[in-house]
Amino acid sequence: MPAIVQGARVVCSGARLNPDEDELPNNLHPGTSVNGSMSSSLVEARGLTKYFDELVAVDGIDFDVAEGEAFGFLGPNGAGKSSTMRMIGAVSPVTAGTLAVLGMDPAVDGPKIRARLGVVPQEDNLDQELSVYENLLIYGRYFGLSKNVIDERAAELLQFAQLEDRRDSPVEPLSGGMKRRLTIARGLINQPDLLLLDEPTTGLDPQARHLLWDRLYRLKQQGVTLIITTHYMDEAEQLCDRLVIMDKGNIAAEGAPRDLIERYSTREVLELRFPVGTQAVNAARLDGIAKKTEVLPDRVLLYTDDADFAHTKVLEVGLIPESTVSRRSTLEDVFLRLTGRSLVD
Amino acid sequence: MAGNPDAAGTVDLVSSTLAARAVPAPVLAGGGAVRMLERNYLVYRRIWPVIISGFFEPIFYLFSIGIGIGALVGDVTIANGELVDYTAFVAPALLAASAMNGAVFESTFNIFFKLKYGKVYDAILSTPMKTRDIAIGEIAWSLGRGLIYASAFILVMAAMGLIESPWGILALPATLLIGFAFAACGMAATTFMNSWQDFDLVNLIVLPLFLFSATFYPLSVYPDIFQTLTQLSPLYHGVQLIRSFTLGTLSIDLFGHIAFLVAMGGVGSYITSRRLEKLLLS
Amino acid sequence: MTIAGSLRVVEAGARVYRRTWRGSVISTFLNPTLYLLAMGIGLGELVDNGTGGTSLDIPYLTFLAPGLMAAAAMQTGAGDAAYPVMAGIKWRKTYEATLATPIGVPELLLGHLGWVAVRLIFVTTVFALIMTVFDATTLTEGMSAIAPAVLTGLAFAATVTAYTARLKNELGIASMFRFAIIPMFLFSGTFFPIEQLPNYIEPLAFITPLWHGVELCRGLALGQDFTVHPLVSVAYLVLLVVAGAWLAIRTLRGRLIS
Repeated sequence: MPAIVQGARVVCSGARLNPDEDELPNNLHPGTSVNGSMSSSLVEARGLTKYFDELVAVDGIDFDVAEGEAFGFLGPNGAGKSSTMRMIGAVSPVTAGTLAVLGMDPAVDGPKIRARLGVVPQEDNLDQELSVYENLLIYGRYFGLSKNVIDERAAELLQFAQLEDRRDSPVEPLSGGMKRRLTIARGLINQPDLLLLDEPTTGLDPQARHLLWDRLYRLKQQGVTLIITTHYMDEAEQLCDRLVIMDKGNIAAEGAPRDLIERYSTREVLELRFPVGTQAVNAARLDGIAKKTEVLPDRVLLYTDDADFAHTKVLEVGLIPESTVSRRSTLEDVFLRLTGRSLVD
Repeated sequence: MAGNPDAAGTVDLVSSTLAARAVPAPVLAGGGAVRMLERNYLVYRRIWPVIISGFFEPIFYLFSIGIGIGALVGDVTIANGELVDYTAFVAPALLAASAMNGAVFESTFNIFFKLKYGKVYDAILSTPMKTRDIAIGEIAWSLGRGLIYASAFILVMAAMGLIESPWGILALPATLLIGFAFAACGMAATTFMNSWQDFDLVNLIVLPLFLFSATFYPLSVYPDIFQTLTQLSPLYHGVQLIRSFTLGTLSIDLFGHIAFLVAMGGVGSYITSRRLEKLLLS
Repeated sequence: MTIAGSLRVVEAGARVYRRTWRGSVISTFLNPTLYLLAMGIGLGELVDNGTGGTSLDIPYLTFLAPGLMAAAAMQTGAGDAAYPVMAGIKWRKTYEATLATPIGVPELLLGHLGWVAVRLIFVTTVFALIMTVFDATTLTEGMSAIAPAVLTGLAFAATVTAYTARLKNELGIASMFRFAIIPMFLFSGTFFPIEQLPNYIEPLAFITPLWHGVELCRGLALGQDFTVHPLVSVAYLVLLVVAGAWLAIRTLRGRLIS
């Protein structure tokens, strides 16, 4: 049994890694430089703070989202991502600091801001009592669109979401992926300038995730500005031009995915598994081989720029691990380094 | 699932310039409540038999009292000393009670479900719609529904010869007022509810109101202290209002009943809109 | 099938109830008190001094109380077998969770009915006591009506469970209350003798389970004659319990184990 699990792990990390590497945008998106002109900033936050009674959800953060970029909030549960998203969505009052969305103040112009946003919440809040098409219809009506306009857009959106043949189906029996795509389609009915996606692919199977990524990528190509929260590192690497890592209401790091990896991790990681209970003892003998050594309950991680070379060194010391995986560093390594390994909730 | 990769690529989902998109005027002008009605219409269009069936319950009560208890009781003496057939005495009270029940059910159970489980309002609020639009839309919907039931019930009463005065037509707006008062307070109460168990409280309030608002017998049957307590029951004011209209026993007291119900509706609406804001926009 | 398995399900019902009992216990005491006060005493004053074409031989309060007791059992039985069963099947899926253990469908169903029986015993005992306090009957006579009232409640619990198990959504539950439970409450001899019903409707009342329950409770609590032989009424209610349970097991099996 352990062998199978381990085998699956190896395959898994391999599969996750390689495609990412090829597809990654290798540098900052042209329009997204941090010093970009103010006029192209769709969202601008300075000292943005959110309290729920005594609890500090967001603790004075600064960020800008430029027009046309895909911007990510990464962080463990409870880091303050969703609170930030709700403030941007003008449905949650700002406790302190300033926030401008589309150049307007959410406290004053909530409805005007929302008129130009598309929102895809963490939990699908589709109207269970209506059909697929009716969900798009009534949502469009909330924006004050005429039925003719909605019908035209609904046809396009159902095609976009690959739900044409489910047009008149009730929402309830749809699969998780279908509901998610419908929620995204619904968020596009008003042709928003800015689309907010809160954990868009949580709970979906791999096929559904990849399809969604494809759809989101297309939106980006068409110039829609995306703000995404996620705790999937591969998703962030796939979709985001630029991201911030949040932890306990603060921003722990900011940059393009590749930059962050370069800044906070090494090029490669060598994972060694020793017999249960001997990780620390063995790790002690590996001093000096890697730039950084991390001991986990079940593995030892060596952060190095050349995993193969490190592997040779390990063998030279005379240690023979039960299994060895060498891989590229990922955003996950950065994430765990910055936000720690212990569970947050 | 795989689909045609190019199908969506050619679709222009987003128009090219930001400025080109003017904010739709009607929504910002406050037509939002109407959208709420449209939503409920879409939902109920599919389950209209449920709406129709809501009409039968008060009718069953009316028949049961007409055939059964009315035959046992015969006539009752009302406040001005007049003798009135028992069924004609109870029918307006049943109309008032069903207006209360409909409004309370719609504004508590249904709203709670949408608030907590359906998350219907969360989705709506991510559009230009405002909490006020939702509150007004939902109350208007439940009033409209109540109006349909009340009209049907009044027609049945008329057919059974239970409306003894042309003033009886005013029973219709009176049910609207009762519905408004209870819907507003019901919604206000719902915004404080946390679990389904809290709804036991709703039943604990509604049942005594139903039984002790001079619904089934004149106020004179109660002991004195009870008579004073009964005046605090909002349903009592509703019952008196409708009964005065259908029996044609108008008096200056009517203004007091109306004022009570208007005040109750006003307070409920005020609390509701404040609480909804807090609950949904936090 | 084991008794022990069913008892575990009864236990589960009791444990959930420990968290939610407050409201239901209050209404268990309050509803009979309010109804007897309003209808028995208040309306009773009008009925007993009534000028109507028909009259009862006994005070209205005395006539009404045992009928209401049977009706309360009906409402408890039907209520506990409607939305909670829908929740078990569809909303909270507790039935699915239970059936993933060694407990099977028959044990689940009997345990469910067992828990409803416990609730019914409580509700009807309280009712009998309150009825005695109102001086509508004597303590021993009032207590003797508990058994038939519980049986009435179970007849509804079993058949309503079988009905609910077939439903796709909750709309059917509302219709059932509207078109079956409430009409029975109003027209099955609780508030007035069914002889007052029009002749073409009266036979219908004879086939309602509530009428048989009301007959048994009233006969025992007031020590008066029965319209039909009491064993016929008992047999009819038992038949409904058995048939309802059997049908419910079949339906649940088809729906939950496939």
